Amino acid sequence: MDTKRTVFPARGLPYLLVAPQLLITLIFFIWPAGQAVKSSFEAEDPFGLSTRFVGMQHYLRLFSEPAYLASIGRTAVFALAVSIISMGFALILAVAVNRLVRSASAYSTLLLWPYAVSPVVAGILWWFIFNSTTGILPFALEQIRIRWNHQLNGTQAMILIIIAASWKQVSYNFLFFLAGLQSVPQSLNEAAAIDGAGPVKRFWTIVFPLLSPTTFFLLIVNLNYTMFDTFGIVDATTGGGPNQATNTLVYKVYTDGYIGLNLGSSSAQSVILMAFVIALTVIQFRYVERRVQY
Amino acid sequence: MIKFTGAASLAALSFMLSTSVAFAQTEVTWWHAMGGELGQKLEEIVAQYNDSQSEYHVTPIYKGTYGETMTAAIAAFRAGEQPDIVQVYEVGTGTMMAAKGAVYPVYQLMADMGAEFDPSGFLPAVVGYYTDTDGNMLSMPFNSSTPILYYNKDVFEKAGLDRETPPKTWEELAQFSQQIVDSGAANCGFTTGWISWIQLENLSAWHNQPIGTEENGFGGLDAELSVNGPLQVKHWENLKTWQDAGLFQYGGPEGGADAPAKFYTQDCAIYMNSSASRAGVIANAKDFEVGYGMLPYYEGTEGAPQNSIIGGATLWVLQGHPEEEYKGVADFFAYLSSPEVQADWHQFSGYLPITYAAYDLGKEQGYYEANPGSDVAIKQITLNEPTPNSKGLRFGNYNQIRQIIDEEFQALLAGDKTAQEALDELVSRGNQQLRDFEAANQ
Repeated sequence: MDTKRTVFPARGLPYLLVAPQLLITLIFFIWPAGQAVKSSFEAEDPFGLSTRFVGMQHYLRLFSEPAYLASIGRTAVFALAVSIISMGFALILAVAVNRLVRSASAYSTLLLWPYAVSPVVAGILWWFIFNSTTGILPFALEQIRIRWNHQLNGTQAMILIIIAASWKQVSYNFLFFLAGLQSVPQSLNEAAAIDGAGPVKRFWTIVFPLLSPTTFFLLIVNLNYTMFDTFGIVDATTGGGPNQATNTLVYKVYTDGYIGLNLGSSSAQSVILMAFVIALTVIQFRYVERRVQY
Repeated sequence: MIKFTGAASLAALSFMLSTSVAFAQTEVTWWHAMGGELGQKLEEIVAQYNDSQSEYHVTPIYKGTYGETMTAAIAAFRAGEQPDIVQVYEVGTGTMMAAKGAVYPVYQLMADMGAEFDPSGFLPAVVGYYTDTDGNMLSMPFNSSTPILYYNKDVFEKAGLDRETPPKTWEELAQFSQQIVDSGAANCGFTTGWISWIQLENLSAWHNQPIGTEENGFGGLDAELSVNGPLQVKHWENLKTWQDAGLFQYGGPEGGADAPAKFYTQDCAIYMNSSASRAGVIANAKDFEVGYGMLPYYEGTEGAPQNSIIGGATLWVLQGHPEEEYKGVADFFAYLSSPEVQADWHQFSGYLPITYAAYDLGKEQGYYEANPGSDVAIKQITLNEPTPNSKGLRFGNYNQIRQIIDEEFQALLAGDKTAQEALDELVSRGNQQLRDFEAANQ
């Protein structure tokens, strides 16, 4: 990959220019992250009156705790399901909108709206729709003899948060897919059409491969989104329940630390999550951006 | 434009005046968790106090739910920005008590500041929950309640039951529910808020069964849970059976957010919840008449009914403020526990009167005769002299244990576990939390 390099004559100037950014990163990221790493090795009472070094105890406990291991599996299911569903729908919508000439911008605008809805509000909306006492969907499902009660049925609770999280993320994915589709050279499509390839064949052999950088980028972004940004949705709909069925990793950090005041274990969990993100980011930069090139 | 600057300078002037007035007063901050109507009433009480004297000024600040308020106060303490007073719910009691360097015990505060204070004037069933092993009051009771039974008199009549007789025992309750459902008078017999607080902790106390060892945790940090006894297993088994038969509907974890609606819409005929839900029940029960009763008990259980235990919150004073502020806190507490303020708050909210004087004042005013059902809660907590099993509970990490109770109950209702399995698992997971707390507070 060729990158342009600008060489500054003065040695100090570049450092001066990046200094504000570095300072912000240090104060708002490195320092708190360092604190989290530090407290993940300590046992402390909530008020911070007594602190004891306990080494790896919190980490060892976590990985021998069935609830934590179950939460990892659950988060994986949730993250993959949301990524696939929201990206799939977004791609279909983007392809449909891309074919429109005059009304494309109107549809794009409308499709972007869910992204402006905050996660908590999105959660509340779906909570209303799926409420087992007053919601409209359980009523409709009752007609086809499906009893909806996500307060007791863990699978249904998981379906609920997957739907809510996917709905919100479709907009974002849609925008990127649409931009990606618009950058596919029209000449390639036309050449294939002349060769006799139908629309479906053209999509899978030309458009989809050309979209792959966008797709990989979105996959990473979506995985990050479901692992971190869905806190509001889980909090507003299921609160991690029933019986921990929707207690994802990030929600568990919150319940153990914020509600349970177990700061040591909560810090250890957030350090593990931090490692996940770093790994994903490394993959994105090292692997995806280099390999997926046309 | 001229008008605008005029108004602005007037505003600036009045702001300067108000700040200069406040300057002479000692500021006392109070973080609380009372939203809605209760929050308005609380602010009204504080405003009355501020108007009644000129030395201190109390500022109440709403910090969200009980959990959020407590966490905010703890975070503020770590940052050195703590309020003078914080309202903490009963499940946070163990954590607050263990934080010896962070809290200023109320008995000590009142003595240090020379405030008028008589601990024997408080109802023992309320104060007992918040005293240390030497009988010293550590926090100031403010809003304490206990669960009672509400029922729909009209549905009872429709089902052919006596509209003036609430069920006394669980056997009766099951039979009434069956009759209600069979007759089509309502969809379900009963629902309940707070599975943990009502259907496990109070169930145990009401039947004089231990919730944990060491006198329900009052005796020391090495206590263990013991709620997997035959009575509790039988009750949870019944709840599952009744749910499957359509007699009982689950209202959700924690407070049971869906339970009130089930009662208000006349879906369920009987409803168990805090006595402080009374105002809400009256406001929402527009199309039917509400009756009140004590919690049901199992017939033939020795010692039942005993007495119910409380929930709600108390006011904790935090360390790290100048003495003048603590003088203000002591003065404000004396005001808060005065019979007039207490009776007003109790009658408005349905929370228990915390002093004998407030209870007597209500009787003198004829309040209980004019408002049937308003004294069920008091009668229930004072039904018998509390035993070690029924004076309350004091466990660390109880917040998490409450959550475990909800989770295991959900596993029971979903059919994943039997009552015995769910309660055994609950006890072992809960004990793990207790050991963690013990280790963190050595």
